[in-house]
Amino acid sequence: MGAVVGTLTMQTKQRRPSRDKVDDDLEMTVVCHRPEGLEQLEAQTNFNKRELQVLYRGFKNECPSGVVNEETFKQIYSQFFPHGDASAYAHYLFNAFDSGHSGSIKFEDFVTALSILLRGSTREKLQWTFNLYDINRDGYINKEEMTDIVSAIYDMMGKYTYPALKTDTPKQHVEAFFQKMDKNRDGVVTLDEFILSCQEDDNIMRSLQLFENVM
Amino acid sequence: MAAGVAAWLPFARAAAIGWMPVANLPMPIAPTDKNKRQDELIVLNVSGRRFQTWRNTLDRYPDTLLGSSEKEFFYNEETREYFFDRDPDVFRSILNFYRTGKLHYPRYECISAYDEELAFFGIIPEIISDCCYEEYKDRKRENAERLMDDLEDSKDSKLPNMTFRETMWRAFENPHTSTMALVFYYVTGFFIAVSVITNVVETVPCGSTPNQRDVPCGERYTVAFFCMDTACVMIFTVEYLMRLFAAPSRYRFMRSVMSIIDVVAILPYYIGLVMTDNEDVSGAFVTLRVFRVFRIFKFSRHSQGLRILGYTLKSCASELGFLLFSLTMAIIIFATVMFYAEKGSSSSKFTSIPASFWYTIVTMTTLGYGDMVPKTIAGKIFGSICSLSGVLVIALPVPVIVSNFSRIYHQNQRADKRRAQKVQKARLARMRISKTGSSNAFLHSKRNGMLNQALELTGSTGEDRHLNKTTSLIESQHHHLLHCLEKTTNHEFVDEQLFEQSYLESALQSLPSRSPSLSSQEGITGTCCSRRAKRGSRPSSEAHKPSHMHPHTHNLQELSAIHIQCGEQRTLNTSRSSLNMRPDESGGLNCKSSSQVTTAIISIPTPPTNNSPTSPEAPPNLASNSSAGVVKVSAL
Repeated sequence: MGAVVGTLTMQTKQRRPSRDKVDDDLEMTVVCHRPEGLEQLEAQTNFNKRELQVLYRGFKNECPSGVVNEETFKQIYSQFFPHGDASAYAHYLFNAFDSGHSGSIKFEDFVTALSILLRGSTREKLQWTFNLYDINRDGYINKEEMTDIVSAIYDMMGKYTYPALKTDTPKQHVEAFFQKMDKNRDGVVTLDEFILSCQEDDNIMRSLQLFENVM
Repeated sequence: MAAGVAAWLPFARAAAIGWMPVANLPMPIAPTDKNKRQDELIVLNVSGRRFQTWRNTLDRYPDTLLGSSEKEFFYNEETREYFFDRDPDVFRSILNFYRTGKLHYPRYECISAYDEELAFFGIIPEIISDCCYEEYKDRKRENAERLMDDLEDSKDSKLPNMTFRETMWRAFENPHTSTMALVFYYVTGFFIAVSVITNVVETVPCGSTPNQRDVPCGERYTVAFFCMDTACVMIFTVEYLMRLFAAPSRYRFMRSVMSIIDVVAILPYYIGLVMTDNEDVSGAFVTLRVFRVFRIFKFSRHSQGLRILGYTLKSCASELGFLLFSLTMAIIIFATVMFYAEKGSSSSKFTSIPASFWYTIVTMTTLGYGDMVPKTIAGKIFGSICSLSGVLVIALPVPVIVSNFSRIYHQNQRADKRRAQKVQKARLARMRISKTGSSNAFLHSKRNGMLNQALELTGSTGEDRHLNKTTSLIESQHHHLLHCLEKTTNHEFVDEQLFEQSYLESALQSLPSRSPSLSSQEGITGTCCSRRAKRGSRPSSEAHKPSHMHPHTHNLQELSAIHIQCGEQRTLNTSRSSLNMRPDESGGLNCKSSSQVTTAIISIPTPPTNNSPTSPEAPPNLASNSSAGVVKVSAL
């Protein structure tokens, strides 16, 4: 309903006589997306109007075209972690946010994910996290996926850490994780195992509530 | 952290939930917004013009006036707005900087007025965005040059305590500084002119003598000319020697172009003196006299235009080189063609290809003397092609040279280039510093943050309170986020030097044999520690503990089970440490954690120091570790 993308791009595509690359680049930025109305978003998420307003202002400021593509997303996320390289983790985050797999995050996706993370129930949060870890979306987290994620997290630390990062630190971290999470020792973690293990761990439970007051 | 994305900080913090299941340590407490304000509009009244913006917009750049608490000084209680008695037009660009993250320089604005406004609002000019930065720098440079010129004009007064040598040098370089210098300047100029005219007149045939041959004046009045020449050369020699004496760097002076010209001007005379009428070398002697014409170049000290011409030619060396090369190519081609075209005709002047060079050059430069003309039809055709192409080949590089000349005439080109390179480097360096400043800010605030937490826990008032810096909420939230990342990975951010330090230490230290005893010893010290925590401090035993633990720290790291952070010879301050002991939730916790916690906090310089010899500054890796002292549950 909110997407104006279709008609706009269709028209510009037809009008374009020459395949000039510069024109292509210029036209890409014309693509604009407007989100659904405020009331609808308020109904769909757990935010109130004022919070949505603040969120949208920040979103629109950084992305005037109304959508975030992966490059911009990585840039924005990297600015919070100047020490290391946040692009790998940002990539996984992007895929987690981009629930429609469209290659760009619209404001609705953004707000939906934030609503889960900040105002959702514990189960919803854990489910979202499971989706983040499950890179290929097959319903299982295996060791390779987890290693990727953990390596990405360690990449954000950068080079200058104490104690110095060793090459097998992520692997050991993943081992520890699987020890805790993989109850039936079958080498993969399913959603239920994940949620169960997390619920047993007070640390994790407490830390999930940590960002309640972010807005 | 770039302030432009401060609005995305809530998102980044929310995304941090993705780390939580991976982390094994409890996370630090999130900073709360103590005075929880909703985002509100604030009014900025700049000399009557009201600007309104969200408070968050201004908070994006906390190191400027509007972003920090400094603006509270300008708050007007009655009208509930911030009043600034500054230029509203310039303020527009400044406020747009907060809104868009880009600082633009309006062209119609005076450079010094703009600089003043930027300085007032605490914004460094280096962040002017690229679209306007060139313009800004050009204007600034022009202004600086103008100021410098004014300064130099007013700087004519003689500096005190100048040695005679320095005075002389200054007189030589700036003739208008004193009357003597001016006199000297004109005298040398006169003699240069005299010398040149003498050289010219020497060759004029003057007067007819009884023998029917016109002799040049030089041979008729040999003695007179010789005396004139001698006088001039003597003046030049004296001048050169005086300059050499007065020069601050003689070596550099001798290498300069002007001094070489001087030497070349007077050398032929001396060589001529030495070589008397020796028939063998008279030919060379005649050649040497040619060099006397170089005296005319001495005029370039007197003429600015001549110097600029010289600079132009030097700077256009590449264009001149191209001109020469293309001309040479064309000459060779056409000379060859003309030679073979004219080979057939009889009595042709084009006897060889080099002989045709003369024709080609004369034709291409459109001189056309007519001493050599092609006679065959083919020759004429190629000759016309040659003259047409000549116009093109010569006309192309010439405008470049001309524009170069005009450019140099209006600017000081060499100094500009050097300065521009330096400026660009300096600008990038400053931006890099401000970027690393943001990452250093985290490390810095970790130290302060721990300090603050400890203070809060102990509830101590007093002069330590003032250390409680008011970092903006955004900054504290960002630091909390980085802290959570540290907890997740169980490693800490340190800066480069400490990283290298610890790296070296870990490379040096390897005492595996003591590790078995360590665990037992740890247990003992741990319990001792906790016991000590309740009692008073005992500096001596405490001082030992860190030194014991230190060598083993790195062994245990390899197990990656326990993250012991041991400070260098830190002493305990037990009263604080006990309060900082956090109950650890993970199973398998032993006393080590508490010992770590206690060790960590001690680095705070506490005023009520008991007899513990605490050194005043805190090693950052230690202070930051207060909560990292918790044991990580390992898979061992």
